[in-house]
This record gives sequence, C-alpha cells and structure tokens, in this order.
Amino acid sequence: MPTYSFQLNGETVQVDAPADLSVLWTLRDKLGVTGPKYGCGINVCQACTSHLDGAAFNPCVTHVEDIEGREVTTIEGLADGDTLHPVQEAWLEQDVAQCGFCQPGQIMAVAALLRTTPNPTDAQIDAIDNVCRCGSYFRIRQAIKSAAAKIAAGATVPAAPSATPVPVR
Amino acid sequence: MHRSVKGGPVAVRMTKGSPVSSPAKPIAVPEEVEDGLAIGPEGTSRRRFLTYLVGAPTLAVAVSYAGVGTAAAAIPGTPEVADVLDLGDFLILAAKATESLLIKLVLEQDGTVSCALPREEVGQGITTAVAMLIAEELDLPLDRVTVSLAEARPELLTGQLTGGSNTIRSVYEPVRMAAAAMRGSIVAAAAVEFGSPTRGLVTRGGAVISPDGASASYASLAVTAKDPALFSALAQPKPASQATLVGTPQNRIDARAMVTGAFTYTNDLDPVPGALRAMTRRPPTIRGRVDTILNEAAVRAMPGVVDLAIVELSVATLPEDLADGPASTGVAVVAETFGQALDAKEALEVSWLVGPVGAAENDATLKAQLKAIQLPMTPVADIVKLLPSLPLLGLTPQVVEGEFYFHFQSHAPLETNTAIADVRADGADVWHGTKSPIVAQQRIADDIGVPTVLHVTQGGGSFGRRLFYDGGLEAARISQAVGRPVKLMFTRVDDMRHGRARPASVNQIRFVHAAGNVLSFDQRMASVQNDLRHGLGDPITALGSQLNVPAELLPSQLGGQASFAQTVFLTTVKSPYQFGVTTQLLNELSTPFNVGSWRSVYSANARGAEEIMVDELARSMGKEPAAFRMEFLTDARQKAVLSKVLEMSGYGARLPVGHAQGVAFQEEYKSIAAHVVQIDATDPQDPRVTKAWIAADYGLPINPRGLESQLLGGLTDAIGTTLRTGLHFQNGGFLEGSYSQWKYPRQADSPPEVDIFIFPTTTGKPGGAGELGVPGAVGAIANAYAKATGTRPRTFPIIFPVDFEPFTTGTGSTRVRVQP
Repeated sequence: MPTYSFQLNGETVQVDAPADLSVLWTLRDKLGVTGPKYGCGINVCQACTSHLDGAAFNPCVTHVEDIEGREVTTIEGLADGDTLHPVQEAWLEQDVAQCGFCQPGQIMAVAALLRTTPNPTDAQIDAIDNVCRCGSYFRIRQAIKSAAAKIAAGATVPAAPSATPVPVR
Repeated sequence: MHRSVKGGPVAVRMTKGSPVSSPAKPIAVPEEVEDGLAIGPEGTSRRRFLTYLVGAPTLAVAVSYAGVGTAAAAIPGTPEVADVLDLGDFLILAAKATESLLIKLVLEQDGTVSCALPREEVGQGITTAVAMLIAEELDLPLDRVTVSLAEARPELLTGQLTGGSNTIRSVYEPVRMAAAAMRGSIVAAAAVEFGSPTRGLVTRGGAVISPDGASASYASLAVTAKDPALFSALAQPKPASQATLVGTPQNRIDARAMVTGAFTYTNDLDPVPGALRAMTRRPPTIRGRVDTILNEAAVRAMPGVVDLAIVELSVATLPEDLADGPASTGVAVVAETFGQALDAKEALEVSWLVGPVGAAENDATLKAQLKAIQLPMTPVADIVKLLPSLPLLGLTPQVVEGEFYFHFQSHAPLETNTAIADVRADGADVWHGTKSPIVAQQRIADDIGVPTVLHVTQGGGSFGRRLFYDGGLEAARISQAVGRPVKLMFTRVDDMRHGRARPASVNQIRFVHAAGNVLSFDQRMASVQNDLRHGLGDPITALGSQLNVPAELLPSQLGGQASFAQTVFLTTVKSPYQFGVTTQLLNELSTPFNVGSWRSVYSANARGAEEIMVDELARSMGKEPAAFRMEFLTDARQKAVLSKVLEMSGYGARLPVGHAQGVAFQEEYKSIAAHVVQIDATDPQDPRVTKAWIAADYGLPINPRGLESQLLGGLTDAIGTTLRTGLHFQNGGFLEGSYSQWKYPRQADSPPEVDIFIFPTTTGKPGGAGELGVPGAVGAIANAYAKATGTRPRTFPIIFPVDFEPFTTGTGSTRVRVQP
C-alpha cells in the first residue's frame, strides 16, 4: 500500500492508504480527524468541506493520491489555539448550530469565501450550496455578514496553520 | 370525544366521531388543585413531588412523589381529543408512575452540577434548556452545569421517549424541584460553615454569601451538603417572577464544540478500539432479501475487506411481515475503512428476491388505494337539517371543498443512520442515537440473545427518524455475525431509500357555510399506515402497537397499531377555529413501507391542508383571509398571536404582480404560532420565499433563542415540503437518493429576511416547541403561492419534476472523483 505525505492542520502527516481512498476516509478512519463529516459522499451536501491550499474542497470526492505534498486544513485547524476564527466567533454569536452536523462544512466554506470575497452580497451568499437539514440558513446568512464585518473591523484572522514550507511533489 | 361548541349560530355538540345533535355542553379541563391529588392534562402540581437524597460522594438529589397512589397507571387508556388532552399530556400521563425516577442532579466536587438527561438531543436545544432550569434554581453560571444523555433506563418504562414536542413539558417541574432541594442543602451546609442561621444567606454565582459578606463556593460545600440532616424535601423552586435566566435568550451549551469540530457524533466516537467499518448492501426493492451472493470470493479479496455476512434488516418481525415472506435481508461488508467498505458493497453482485411492494406500484396507484379507504364525509343534507330555518330565509348553504395529495418525505437528517456495536459472548454494548432507547435496548438484547447496554448518543438531526433504532439493531447483528466490534453507517442513498419516510396521504376537506357562519368542517385523512411500533418508547406499548386485527375481519385496520395511530391523530390534529360541526377522521392503508413519524406527524399535512382551505373558505364567504381567521379563532390568546404577526409583517401591503403574502395559524401542545410569508412567484416554476414573520406563544418560553431556532427550522422544512422537496414513489421504490434529488432547501431557497417574535410568559407553563413551526408555515407558504399565481395548489410539493438520473446501486454511480 503506498504512503502519502501531506500537511494537515500545520503538521506533516504520513499515511499508508490505497491511492483512490477518499481524503474523507483517510482523515476520519486512518488519521482520526473527525471534524469533516460524511453526509452524501458525492460532492452534494458539502458537510466535509475543508481547505486544500487555502481553498474550499470536498474531501469525500478527492483521492488521497491527489493531495500528496499539499496543505489540508480541516475545521480543527481553523482556530489559532483558543483564539477562534472570526467566522467561528460569528457562528457562536448568532447561535447558528442546531444539530451542528453540517456546521464544520458551512464554516469552512464561509472562511474560504471571505478570503476571496471579503464583503459578499446576498446573491454571493445564496451561491453557498452546503446543506443544513435543520434549516438554519437565515442565521448562517446573518453570521456571514457578522463575520465579514468583524474582519473588516480588523479582527485577527488566524494564519493558515502551516507556516513551514511544504515540499512540492 | 366531545368538545364544547365554540360559537356560531348552531347549537350542536362538536365531535371527532359521528356528529351528534344536542345542546352544547362545555367540557371542563381538570385543573391542578391544592392537595395535588388531581392529575389534569398538565398534571404536574409541584406539591405532589418529593425530593430525596441519593447516596453519592457529594450531594445528589432526585425527585419523587409526596403521595403514594396518586400517580396514574403507567399506560392509560386511549385519550380523548387534543382540546382536552394532547399527545404531550398523554406522554406525561403515561410516564407518571416513573416520573419520580426521571431526574437526578449531582453536585460535583468542583462545584459544577451535572444531570444525565433521559432524553435524546438531536438539535432541539433541550440540553441547553434543561441546563438553564438547573442554573436558574441554583444561581449557578450556565457554563457550570453539565447535561449529558442518559443511557437506556428500563426502569423508566414509558418515561424515556423523546417525541411529541414533549421534553421540556415533561421535565420542567422535576428538574426545578430537584435543583431547588439541592440549593436548600447547599445553603444549609453554608450555615454550618458560617456558624449562622440559614436566614439571610443568599446564593449567587455558584457561592453562598452571608449578610456580612462571607462567601463559600459550592465546591467547598459539596461534601458537607450531602449530610442528610441538612436536607429538606420542602424546598420549593423560585417563583417564575424572580427568574433571571429562564426566559432570556441563551446560546447553546454545545455550540463551541460544534464550531471547532470537537463535538463528537456517533461516527466520531471510538469507544471500542479496533472497531471495523461496516456497510450493508441493501435490496433494490423495499424489504427485499438476498438470494445468493454471486461474487463473494472476489469481494473478500478486495483491499481492506475483512468479512461479509448476510444479516436481517427488519426491525420487527410482525405477523404482516411474515405474511409477506421471510424478513428482509442484506449483505454486510466489514472493512478497515468506510471508503473500502463502500467500494466492496458496491462491487457485490447479488441475486435478490423481490420484496412485498409490487414493482408496478407508484404514486398514482397508491393515491387510488388511499382514496378507496377514505372514510365518508358527513352528508351535507344532515348538516342542513340542523338549520331548518335556512330555506325559509332563502339561504342556500355553500360547499367549499378540496382534496390534497402529500408525497412521501424523507427525514434525511444530515447524519445518516449510524451505530457502534460490540457484541461479545456474554454481553453487548451499543452506541446509537435513538429517541426510544428502552425498547431499542430490549429489542436488540432479544435479537442477539445477550444482555445489552444501549448508550444514547447525540444525533445529527432527527425530524422523527430517530424514534426508531434500526441502525443500532443492524450494527449488533453484524457485530455478532462477524465476531468483531463494528461501526455501521448507512450511505445517503440507502438512508433516503431504505431508511424511513413520512407516509404519503390524501386529505379531503369540506366546509359548509351559510349566512356568514361555518356550519361544518369535515376532514378525512387517508394515509399510508404510519409505523408507531416504537410505542411510547417501552417494550409494552411497542408490543401493543403491533397488535392488528386481521385485515379480512375489518375493512380498515382498527387493531393495536391503528388504535395507537388514532390516538396520535386525535391528540395532535385539531382545528383552532369555530367551524361548527367538526369531524376529523383518519384511516390508514396497511403497506410494507418503511415509514415513521415526521416532524409534526399528521399535522403538517392535515393542518396545512386545512389552513389552505381556510383561505378558500374565507374568499367564498367574501372575507379577507387574515380578518376571517381573527373572526373565527376562539380565544384572546390565539388572537393576540395572530394580531402580532399581522402587525410585524405590515400584512396587506400592496405588492408587485407575482408577489404575495400568505397567512396561517397553528395551535398544538399548548403552544400557538402564526405565520405570514411573502413569496416571489413571478415565475411560478421558480418561486422563492423572500420574507417571513412568525409570532409564537409557548406559554412559558425557557430559551427564546432556542425556540426561534426551532421556528426557523420548521419554516425551512415547510418551504421545502410545500414547494420542491419530496420522494417520488415509482416502480415500487423511491427514486431520490441524495440532496441533489430530494431537493431540501439551500441558502438560495431561504428568505433573506426572517422576523420572529416570542411572547413572554402567558400561561406560566411551557408548551411544546419542536413541531409547532411546521403546519402553519406549510399553510402560509401555500397560501402565498396560490395568491401570487392565481392557482389552487393541491399536490405537494408543488413543483416536483423527475429532473435527475436516479442512482443505481452496484454500478458505482455514487463513486465520484474530483481532481483538485
């Protein structure tokens, strides 16, 4: 079984896995990182949304061979220790979560969005396709706006956790 | 069965059975009485509770009854209609005999207080509300109360079911009594420490403070306070007027863990090191079964695959199942990772035996069968006979009627059915998120033949799905079959097609009106038989709900299951309006579908349909729908809620063509909600709810912020099920297999403006919360759509094309790769 190496929440990890094992099950079943959730497995619900080199991606449809040497951030790596990311702060402030199962993916999707679109319009917020089966969308919308305002007002956005150079394959 | 007439010109008794002409006779609702011996619908006079000490290293308090013999039987007879006794009352009464065991609080060494709640949290916020009640009584900061979920407690009999919007209603008094007694012991312990009388001592921030400023933390008093000499069973909770926390908006106690990814759902737990991952290949037809595995050796040779086993999938082996042939089976694949288990499950080649649902069956054939069992309406002539003066006045009664079809709905909680099982030779442990853990534990133990402990886990959503425990049972069967601990997960496709669904139903509604009054309201609901075999969460009523009179003896089923279904229907579905002779009847079609209660059970459809017809009735009577409702509602509390939402929404404002507002009203479980919804249906095939206003009166709101969450969720459920979300039943099965096909709303379907108002306390007692927000929202959305488009929606969801390619299990159609 081949070995793959990548940066995970700031640390280099190595894992023995079949090349076509999805990143979701690599994280969850091989590495014990359970923040990204299974909701559909086919790129639809986006409950597993995490970051690959700083952009949102869905680990459920990404093969582990495709992330060799790259940088993965899951919900566990979004905060800087006890200092939450402004999106997480906004989520707490708006008390968004009901069952909470989709929220790691929702938060990671929004954190990635705000990196490229610091002040999203309602239409840009509408384009976020993550499923919340509890139907908390209105609070998600409010939290996105609140997080954008926090960042605009100078809230510290924790740096992407990997500061060490990553060898490129 | 009888209700008092609510007004109008006809003096008749209103019944839910056959209409009876007789003078009005109001039925008195039993009230709490001072000696606490009466058990009314709320039945929780605090004088009947007695708190007591539990042996522990620190202070531990539980609640009991003051009087022996005052409790009702554990399983009362079939209750009457929802006006007098609703399903929540029924559940409380059913659990009366064991209520004394329900709540136990422990003061920990560090001064925090913990409670293992015998309910399941699935996102409703019940652990937060219970923590608030405890913190309030003990003057503790909220973050110093811990509420966990109790494992199955068979001694509670019917007292451990999470359903019927009943959690807070059932635990409100016991929790407060236990906490008040605990506070009494802590204060007495402080008096010992201070060498002072208890008088003048106050509790604040988790400490007892004396008049001279001395302070003793609860932590420092935890051991002293357990002295029985300090305990008084007479301690009473604070008057509601002194509450500083209850009634204020609070955030969820588990929110931080959820936003950091630290929160663990069943699949995130690792209680049995080395547990393998299990997935089951399910039959292509509903309740089908395995004939032979055709490529077993090849699948066993796949990477990561450890074992295969044919396992039974049926939850209950029932007479009707046996009549259909042997129980449903599937092939469990056990592997090192879920990814490998999934690949192996897909690679299996199996020859299947067809299940009991015919391959020719579809929505149209089912609807025809439902219409065929529909109970008859009261003849209009019989209603008109009640008013012999009508013809003399030259008045002709007018009939307003409609027939509705509601498609099947998936529950589709985002966390699919998941469980961990470790079955050994002498015992078993199962971790599973279920709302009926007692019957689940008993059923699993019976099935695998060894004593079982069921650990209740917090669920990633439920909406009724977790009333059952199929995942826990299946995981135990697989663990036993392969001799290894396993973690079982359903795929999304399986969860949607082979999980459970809200039964499809036909609703017929007919009003007769004359001279500005509504003479009668007939509602007939014919539904695919709902599966209520979880009973009240205990083996006894679960068994009782399985007993059916053979179909050949009765044209419609009226046996145990049907009786229990009638009980649930009668204790949940009720019209809030003065509509004269009211009869609302359910009949159910026995089918082999896997179904189950869906948030607000019968009411989402039955009340939703009524609210749609109320608009049509109002127009037929020449009245504006909101004003009509105000006129025909019964009491001031109802009218206050409707008035509030009309005021909030600026109801009646002029809107552009294609836009409209709809209004609706719902009352259940002692709570009331009114909705106004605004829709943009400029393109009738692409409508969007743009704004929503909701006013709600819960009697006594514990956590308004959590209640708003529940209303928001109910609104989104209603947007989906009314406009676009549903399951197509074709060729004997369901087509939809994921959220791309079962079109649950996304952000783009949700209103950018939502305004919710929660009334401060009105009745002083908490009403039901979890389900209140659905039925009225269904009505308001449909009414807005009807008004905006000039149509009369009759089939739900309204926009329901098959615009997708259904997944085919075993073809790899769900194996998707995206290269980043």
